[in-house]
Amino acid sequence: MSLYLSVAIIVFIFVVIFQIAKASEYVSILKGEEASRQQNNKINGFLMVAFLVLGFIGIYVCNKAYYGKTQLAQGAASVQGEKVDEMLFVTLIITGIVFVITQVLLFWFAYKYQEDKNRKVFFFAHSTKLELIWTAIPAIALTVLVVFGLRNWFFFTGEPPKNAMVVEVTGKQFGWIFRYPGKDAVFGKKYYKNIDPATNSVGIIWDDTYSKDDILTEQTMYVVKGKPVKLILGSRDVIHDVGLTHFRLKMDAVPGIPTTMWFTPIYTTKEMREKTGNPNFAYEISCDQMCGNGHYSMKGVIEVVDQEEYDLWMAKQKPQYFTAFPEKDPSAVPVVKADSTTKVTTAKM
Amino acid sequence: MSHEAVLHGHESHGHDDHGHHEHHDTFLTKYVFSQDHKMIAKQFLITGMVWAVLGGLMSVLFRLQLGYPDASFPWLESILGKWAKGGQITPEAYYALVTTHGTVLVFFVLTAGLSGTFANFLIPLQIGARDMASPFLNMLSYWFFFTASIVMLSSLFVETGPFSGGWTAYPPLSALHDASPGSKTGMDLWIIAMALFVVSSLLGGLNYIATILNMRTKGMSMTRLPLTIWALFFTAVLGVLSFPVLLSGMILLIFDRNFGTSFYLSDIYVNGVGALSNEGGSAILFQHLFWFLGHPEVYIILLPAMGMVSEIMSVNSRKPIFGYMAMLGSLFAIAILAFLVWAHHMFVTGLNPFLGSVFVLLTLLIAVPSAIKVFNWLTTLWRGNIRFTPGMLFAIGFVSLFISGGLTGIWLGNAALDIYLHDSYFVVAHFHIVMGVASMFGMFAGVYHWFPKMYGRYLNNSLGYIHFWITLAGAYMIFWPMHYQGLAGMPRRYFDFSIWESFKQFAELNRFISTVAMIVFAVQILFLINFFYSIFKGRKVTVLNPWESNTLEWTTPIRPGHGNWPGEIPEVHRWPYDYGKDGHDFIPQTTPVGADETETH
Repeated sequence: MSLYLSVAIIVFIFVVIFQIAKASEYVSILKGEEASRQQNNKINGFLMVAFLVLGFIGIYVCNKAYYGKTQLAQGAASVQGEKVDEMLFVTLIITGIVFVITQVLLFWFAYKYQEDKNRKVFFFAHSTKLELIWTAIPAIALTVLVVFGLRNWFFFTGEPPKNAMVVEVTGKQFGWIFRYPGKDAVFGKKYYKNIDPATNSVGIIWDDTYSKDDILTEQTMYVVKGKPVKLILGSRDVIHDVGLTHFRLKMDAVPGIPTTMWFTPIYTTKEMREKTGNPNFAYEISCDQMCGNGHYSMKGVIEVVDQEEYDLWMAKQKPQYFTAFPEKDPSAVPVVKADSTTKVTTAKM
Repeated sequence: MSHEAVLHGHESHGHDDHGHHEHHDTFLTKYVFSQDHKMIAKQFLITGMVWAVLGGLMSVLFRLQLGYPDASFPWLESILGKWAKGGQITPEAYYALVTTHGTVLVFFVLTAGLSGTFANFLIPLQIGARDMASPFLNMLSYWFFFTASIVMLSSLFVETGPFSGGWTAYPPLSALHDASPGSKTGMDLWIIAMALFVVSSLLGGLNYIATILNMRTKGMSMTRLPLTIWALFFTAVLGVLSFPVLLSGMILLIFDRNFGTSFYLSDIYVNGVGALSNEGGSAILFQHLFWFLGHPEVYIILLPAMGMVSEIMSVNSRKPIFGYMAMLGSLFAIAILAFLVWAHHMFVTGLNPFLGSVFVLLTLLIAVPSAIKVFNWLTTLWRGNIRFTPGMLFAIGFVSLFISGGLTGIWLGNAALDIYLHDSYFVVAHFHIVMGVASMFGMFAGVYHWFPKMYGRYLNNSLGYIHFWITLAGAYMIFWPMHYQGLAGMPRRYFDFSIWESFKQFAELNRFISTVAMIVFAVQILFLINFFYSIFKGRKVTVLNPWESNTLEWTTPIRPGHGNWPGEIPEVHRWPYDYGKDGHDFIPQTTPVGADETETH
């Protein structure tokens, strides 16, 4: 009912506007083309300058309301992120200056040079000097930005430091799987046809000796504050994207083609909770590449902890090999004798 | 001469007395299977408008979900049925709407609706030709577009829904039937529609190029062409060179989908299905093929708007366009660079970093010709005598939006920043402003300016002013705050943000944006009413040249017939921008150069 009512109201408003517009057309015919054109020029000329002023007020209001809600206000949480933010502000200043100058000139000229019978227009078809000036200035400004940008780009995409820890991230519809190489620091080989969603979600080849101590987790990834971490990304089905807003990075996870990225976190999750004043703060991994109907819910979490806490967590993890083959788990043998339910819970992990 | 026989239905005559024919047009040959470029232009325009309304309505529906994720609207269920069970749009429907909105607006509205309309309408009229080089192919071009439209429309009604993987249709999502319901029949129809669309666009493009190069009237040298024609020329060249690449990518996709090949597929395990046998393909290959069209496509959309804005701005400033040759050179530079920057859409695909750096350099280089264009437009306004016709307002609005959206391109083109901003709302804001809304403004400018030539009647001015000011303010209110959402890392194509600690703080802003979007959509309806009312009931045009413009289309009769000029095609003696020269308000292109005239251009 309320739908019909609102449709009726909208139609009514349309009819009113339309009638007024038609009436004003008749009036302008009566007044003569010349006079009505002058009046229109005056109104629109005024609106041009009003739009400029209101526009800048709007930008101010918008900035005041929403800047605090962006990542910039919160600050970056990685070494890379700090460089991104710095570069972002330089770009903002350069483009901001150009924005203000050109928009002011545009609307100001539109207002100032509205039709005036007494003005003789300035026949000005071209000027090589002016054209060279505004070819050269943007070119110089852009050179600065390109140099700045490429230095960061090669840093971000370059090799991580030697002490970096390595985690493999695999995307699937709709979740994340993380693999740690275990004590030997080498990942076991994998082949997608070995994938078994229950026990071997990334398709590890168990015959590979390196695979025996590989650790698999889902949903949450642990990394260490201050220690570079290199991610090897892949996907099981469609293209996903590991979006790390707080670290200012992202990289696609493509089936069949591994990609990499690395970063150095500088605040633990706990520190970040204090810094932002948000007790629920989490380093969320968002999927940033359209991957199907559950795309919007494909969330992972990165826990940044200090070394001590990380070691404690790691000690609790059980290699996936023993989950896949519980009978080979040395720690599981006595458990089976004592209490069979424990084994089941372990296998589920 | 065969096309002239087709053109007139009986034996061809010499060029000079084309206009004297009595046509025996039936309703079918005049309005449906017309070969008159002006009628074909109107067909493109009106089909484009139908799609614009549908595409716009889709955006209203998914904005409703983003603005009110918890509310339920029972009337939605009565419109959408199972796609809005319980009055709330399902994720499937949301993604289908987003995908179709993108596809339709980019290809059907801003390519076919914009180039198709104005290339058809303006090329013969402004270069002084009776019709296109091949009126028959021109007619086919429209009917291929129409067929593509029907197929795309039909995909909305299949049981598993239309394609829902985003307008870029990246495989494997688009290649695997089981990855998403939209990747079943809906995707097959989507590909067929796109293939038909490519055919339409090629037929049109070849025709535009051939016509511009071969059929200019006496005296119309290439450097005397209005900038609209130059822009449409480069647009056509871009389309002809890049659309075939998209088609080839689509054909490989069809093979992967239906015939078991592995061009794009490798190492895939689909939930509920198991491991697929495909190995050795590259999902990234498609992205290269897609963006090799996709980036030129951006300029296919933008260049016609730039051309029309240049023309309209000069006419209504009563002043020559500043730096004609620089404008032309920058169009040329943009057209060349358009082919060399596609991988800036792929900075985060694992691209070789060195290759990435080359694309950064080439991408930011585009800012130079763009800056030249902006400063030249500003100088055109400077010390002019501006008449604020609705067309002129939209032209000024175009420049404002082009500046705003173009500058954020400098952020996104710089790979190190793109790693952060890629696929966030910052990108949504950027391309909607610079490509979507700006080109739409170019299109509106064109419609308001050439409506009197199209229909022999005026649009209502007051409605035009209301339309312009609300749309301009609304566009900024919708897309400006989205930059902030992007700076918070908010990803595009999310159905719901409420489960995200990092992004849920914008719920109130999303409601605001959705509300403004609905108002702006309603104002476009006002434009439609104005358009269709004025076709039949608008104030009649009584003078040949209502805008006091120099170009050739205003030397034709108020309602030109097929063949455009009743007598001889006029001869051209000068460039089209002699406004305010030697104390004359304007000097049409057909006026011979006087003995005492100062030398310019």
